[in-house]
Amino acid sequence: MRKCSLDNLQKVFALIAENASLYLPVDKVGGAVFEKWQEGTSYSNALNTVRSAKDFFFPQTENMMEFKTKGKEIEVVDTRDEHEDFVVFGVRACDVKSFEILDRVFLCEPVDSFYANRRAHGVIISMACTRPSETCFCQTFGIDAANPGADISCWKTDSEIFFEANTEKGEKLLSSIAALTEDTDEAAVEAQKAKIAEIMKKLPLAGITPDKFGGGKTSEFFNAPQWKELSQSCLGCGTCTFVCPTCQCYDIRDFKTNDGVIRFRCWDSCMYSDFTKMAHGNIRNSQLERFRQRFMHKLVYYPENNEGIFGCVGCGRCLAKCPISMNIVKVMKSLGGEA
Amino acid sequence: MQKITADMLIEKAVSLLEAGTISRVLGWKKGEFDYDVTPYVFADAESLKKDFVFDDFCGANFSKYLVAETRKAEGKVLVFLKPCDTYSFNQLLTEHRFDREAVYAVGIPCEGMADINKIKEITGDGISSLTSKGDKIVVDTIYDGEKEVDFASVLAERCVSCKSKKHVAYDELMGDEGDITDSARFDEVAQLEAMTEDERFAFWQSQLSKCIRCNACRDICPACTCEKCVFENPESPVENKAISDSFEEKMFHIIRAFHVAGRCTDCGECSRVCPQNIPLHLLNRKFIKDINSFYGEYQAGAEVGSRAPLVDYTTEDIEPGEAVMKGEGENA
Amino acid sequence: MQVNGEYKPLIVAFCCNWCSYAGADLAGNNRLAYPENVKIIKVPCSCRVNPMFILRAFQRGADGVIICGCHPGDCHYTSGNYYTRRRMSLLFSMLNFLGIEKERTRVEWVSAAEGAKFAATMNEFTEAVAALGENKRLEDLRCKR
Repeated sequence: MRKCSLDNLQKVFALIAENASLYLPVDKVGGAVFEKWQEGTSYSNALNTVRSAKDFFFPQTENMMEFKTKGKEIEVVDTRDEHEDFVVFGVRACDVKSFEILDRVFLCEPVDSFYANRRAHGVIISMACTRPSETCFCQTFGIDAANPGADISCWKTDSEIFFEANTEKGEKLLSSIAALTEDTDEAAVEAQKAKIAEIMKKLPLAGITPDKFGGGKTSEFFNAPQWKELSQSCLGCGTCTFVCPTCQCYDIRDFKTNDGVIRFRCWDSCMYSDFTKMAHGNIRNSQLERFRQRFMHKLVYYPENNEGIFGCVGCGRCLAKCPISMNIVKVMKSLGGEA
Repeated sequence: MQKITADMLIEKAVSLLEAGTISRVLGWKKGEFDYDVTPYVFADAESLKKDFVFDDFCGANFSKYLVAETRKAEGKVLVFLKPCDTYSFNQLLTEHRFDREAVYAVGIPCEGMADINKIKEITGDGISSLTSKGDKIVVDTIYDGEKEVDFASVLAERCVSCKSKKHVAYDELMGDEGDITDSARFDEVAQLEAMTEDERFAFWQSQLSKCIRCNACRDICPACTCEKCVFENPESPVENKAISDSFEEKMFHIIRAFHVAGRCTDCGECSRVCPQNIPLHLLNRKFIKDINSFYGEYQAGAEVGSRAPLVDYTTEDIEPGEAVMKGEGENA
Repeated sequence: MQVNGEYKPLIVAFCCNWCSYAGADLAGNNRLAYPENVKIIKVPCSCRVNPMFILRAFQRGADGVIICGCHPGDCHYTSGNYYTRRRMSLLFSMLNFLGIEKERTRVEWVSAAEGAKFAATMNEFTEAVAALGENKRLEDLRCKR
């Protein structure tokens, strides 16, 4: 384990930024966002960013290819750009776990080369949470906010920051900043971990459990009478899906430019009325069906296809942002997911 | 804190249910915490007593829910309307969006609603409970114990610039009737107007670029009641699901605001629900301010059946060229 | 809009069928010159112009948009242009509020007898837009590649 004084943090950032673009949470009006580090950019103390870190690997829109027309000729252009190496600093444990969930979707056969490309070029530095919010429930899904993981784990105290490499990529990055860090024992970090563990027990959502859900439970929950009242006020907006670190559905669309077509993909939301619209029509015509899909996907379908891993990381963004305050915790409780 | 309590509202609802005047109640349902209430339709006294809340966090405007709810079942829906909600209620009636006979409206006074984000700015995260006490809110936190915040300092923006405490529609009124207030709601718009063109562009560019196109502003808006929005209709050439170019965020927000111009009652729901905290109400208020200055004072929803400024004209109207100058000139 | 590496303002002119389009015709018949980069789109009435049309014109590369209709009181449909007047007053004021140059948009009333006014208006408007340079604030970069 290595450490450095917080006074030196900017120097660490500068050193990392010499070889790769460095992104970190920065305070903005309306909440923290990931931004590229430049001289003088200060690291936010916010618990989490408004938008999740999935944007780095799965951006809201990305061009996949272009078609250019000249007379009767059509040229297909591969718009993929070779991605530069980048480092994301300050990712919380929940968002770190979300990458694993996205990996299982995008890196299984056939591999999504856009996503894989970004994954290969990114190094993630995580940060342990010292002040979780009342909306946090990562522990429900077995995530340890005190052990955030990823390529390098970090712990921040009032005066120092501690680094621990977890992967080869992490080792390499950590050795590149060795000049600014020093070896240390784990006492301070262990103390912090113990403190976080105490806080986690006190969180209001500590009692939420996923035990009742998982693969093979489709018939148990699909026709549950609770869906009707849970979904009755849903506006059908896309807020929950767009702030969610694990929602991974997208649509592929064409945009007609003045001399051709850009084919791009963009996030889609199962809450939208045309989400499942196909040539023959739409299979989910009511908001109840669309609402149910989102939660069934996270709590039943995803685990069914992924060895029991749930499709939610308990980051709490949807709890904070839903216009009508309907969210996965209320759904789980209503369906019996409380210890 | 509110002058009227949940118990009073529950009592009213239960008595109306028992009398058979109504068949269900549109109200606020208690959440996980003390601030995350959900609009909910209560069908019996038991569920009302268990889950109905009314406190400083019941900002949701129910008017739009009536469009769908009144078509769902027989009997009248009881709806509790705060003064600002009554304007939306009237506006929807003007547009024949629901059947007035299917609704029993109870006007309730409102002291303004608190904004949880403003509270968190003061107390930080980790709120375990919120209790209103007079002009204070006692915030209990996991980390620092109890803290007191001034209710006035955490009022939602739309309540700080509340336009009216008077109900413009109801079947029955609880509590005292208020007055139309002399609000400073156009001050922010005027400040922007007074900026240079470049400054205004920079301001809106920085705000609108945060948009994630979740459509919450549209979906919550009581004036946005198209069956199929042009932005999500696959038959429309402008349908888009995400913003691929900064042009699209401008187009969406201009058209969204324009489509409700003259019909927007300035209820402020759009800004309340924006997950990115974009001050969307400023776009709507700019239209309202311009309408007032070009065509005379007009408050959408103040009375049922009034003719909205954009479906009306006089032969002496201001010319567009002059209007643009007037739109910025008064403050420049 | 760039034409052969040179900036030429692209102007979209929405002209109503009954007055302004006939005015443009008259300008042509009288051999009155106006810039060739003014592209006329004929609409049944100026009030057919949806705000979306204007934004979409900018998106697709217009540098200025002008709407021409019958003089107030002379609308073929009695009152169409009165609605145009209100809508465009509010829309243009909003565009200005968002920091988009107010000189890029205009409404002008041109009757069928005003060929000279049509040509003069187009010359003047094109010049004003040319002075502003390319439309950057309401452009869609995807359409400019």
